[in-house]
Amino acid sequence: MAESLPDSLLSVRNIETYYGPIMAIRGVSLDVPKGRIVTVLGANGAGKTTILKTISGVMDPQKGSVTFEGAEIQGRDPDWVARRGIAHVPEGREVFPFLTVRENLLMGAFARSDRAAVAEDLDMVYGYFPILKERAEQQAGYLSGGQQQMLVIARALMARPRLMLLDEPSLGLSPILVKEIFGIVRRLNEEQGVTMLLVEQNANMALQTANYGYVLELGRIVMDDECGRLLESDDIKEFYLGVKKDAVRGKKRWRRKKTWR
Amino acid sequence: MELIQVLVAGIAQGCVYGLIALGFVLIYKATEQVNFAQGDIMMLGMFAAFTLIAIAGFPWWLGALIGIAITGVFGFILDAAVLRRIIGQPQFAVIILTIAVGFIFRSVAGGVWGADPVSFDTPYGGMVITIDENETGRTVLDVAELAIILGTVVLVGALYAFFRFTRIGVAMQASSQNQLAAYYMGIPVKYVISLIWGISAAVSCIAGILLAPKIATFDPDVGFLAITAFAAAVIGGFGSLPGAVLGGLIIGITEQLAQAYLPGEYARSIAPISGFIILLVVLLIRPDGLFAQIQRKKV
Repeated sequence: MAESLPDSLLSVRNIETYYGPIMAIRGVSLDVPKGRIVTVLGANGAGKTTILKTISGVMDPQKGSVTFEGAEIQGRDPDWVARRGIAHVPEGREVFPFLTVRENLLMGAFARSDRAAVAEDLDMVYGYFPILKERAEQQAGYLSGGQQQMLVIARALMARPRLMLLDEPSLGLSPILVKEIFGIVRRLNEEQGVTMLLVEQNANMALQTANYGYVLELGRIVMDDECGRLLESDDIKEFYLGVKKDAVRGKKRWRRKKTWR
Repeated sequence: MELIQVLVAGIAQGCVYGLIALGFVLIYKATEQVNFAQGDIMMLGMFAAFTLIAIAGFPWWLGALIGIAITGVFGFILDAAVLRRIIGQPQFAVIILTIAVGFIFRSVAGGVWGADPVSFDTPYGGMVITIDENETGRTVLDVAELAIILGTVVLVGALYAFFRFTRIGVAMQASSQNQLAAYYMGIPVKYVISLIWGISAAVSCIAGILLAPKIATFDPDVGFLAITAFAAAVIGGFGSLPGAVLGGLIIGITEQLAQAYLPGEYARSIAPISGFIILLVVLLIRPDGLFAQIQRKKV
């Protein structure tokens, strides 16, 4: 079993997670170094969301360990994990629909008692997402999809997390909004120093935003590398970025195999 | 004027239904569990107050306060020790469990306090206010009924402020609107839900203590009142707190009007079921209830 890297904020070792009898995660290990953005790519049903749920405690792994800041956290309740400093931004914009935008944001800071700093952070997230300031007193259920996505990211930020788990922030958003949101994710990482674990289907966006990437297939990590190199990899290009090499004429497409199968 | 008397009695009765309905709705909103033991929790609260005031000799206000506190703690423990275990089970399991728990409470109360009607003294019990004395008649108002109305207004105001302005109150709303997201915020959802059970139990105890001087005596079956209160909650939209109180008021006033103005035979037979007639009509016209909060998720 590999030891966790010294600068690793979060390290996941050989976790196996089940949905009833179905094994969704088949021995995944990954590391998230402090201050970096790490991404997990994979198709529908590869197990990306399950990894995040296992880290944040919504699901418990049958085997393996999740270590955050040197302490094992697997099998704990999700609210305990959240208070420990991990903010999970689930897919599908899980806002509190009948609370106002401002109340939603303040709920993000529920576990904090430093009121003055919370007020500062409220201004800080309004700076990143000015639209939320405009809509502060509106019920969150009436925001558009993109605004709700901004709200859940901002709300997670209000907890001053040391690690943020971002699940499919691009889901169902227009290309221009996707660009805007990933731009903000990047700025948050650079300016606020928030470490991020980003799960995405939009491989292109994810690889351009993150520093390091893992490729997940059917519950296993099949490839991992610096994002720059993943972007150059032929397999990634063909299967995740949809770039086909026309230059190799005559070569039958089906003869090219994914290297990991 | 007789009409004013009838209306005051109806509003008071409706407030009691409304408070019990509030208890149903609080729990339903937070957990999607329907607590059919709600009325029996109220009954236990009333007997707790009876024990403290009539047997142990506490002054009324102190006995009532302690009784409310005990019932609240009891509700908290009931969730933490029993209901929490069946989270994730099908809805009917919860329904059957709470019905069973209600039966147990009733028979235990029958064993401890007996099946005979009991009562405890309320300082304003039996007092009336007489106004508007002239040839056409006078209006006699029961102070117990006025106290119910006043108590309900104060309690509903306090609950509103609590849910709107305190951090734990907003966290309760958050937990009931999106439980998973609440977990992700670090809100201790299980504790919050138990707390809501506690509040719900305390509210029904208050309803019972306010009701006690109006009905003079009560026995372990007093909790059956909650069936009508359940109808009130459904009329209000089952999930809307103002709706629950309003549903209670509608039923209470209708019952009293039917009682007073329907011809003899009908008054006796129709009045007790008038709430359910309204329930049928409301469900036919607005199947979601009068004040349903409906949220469609954006994709």
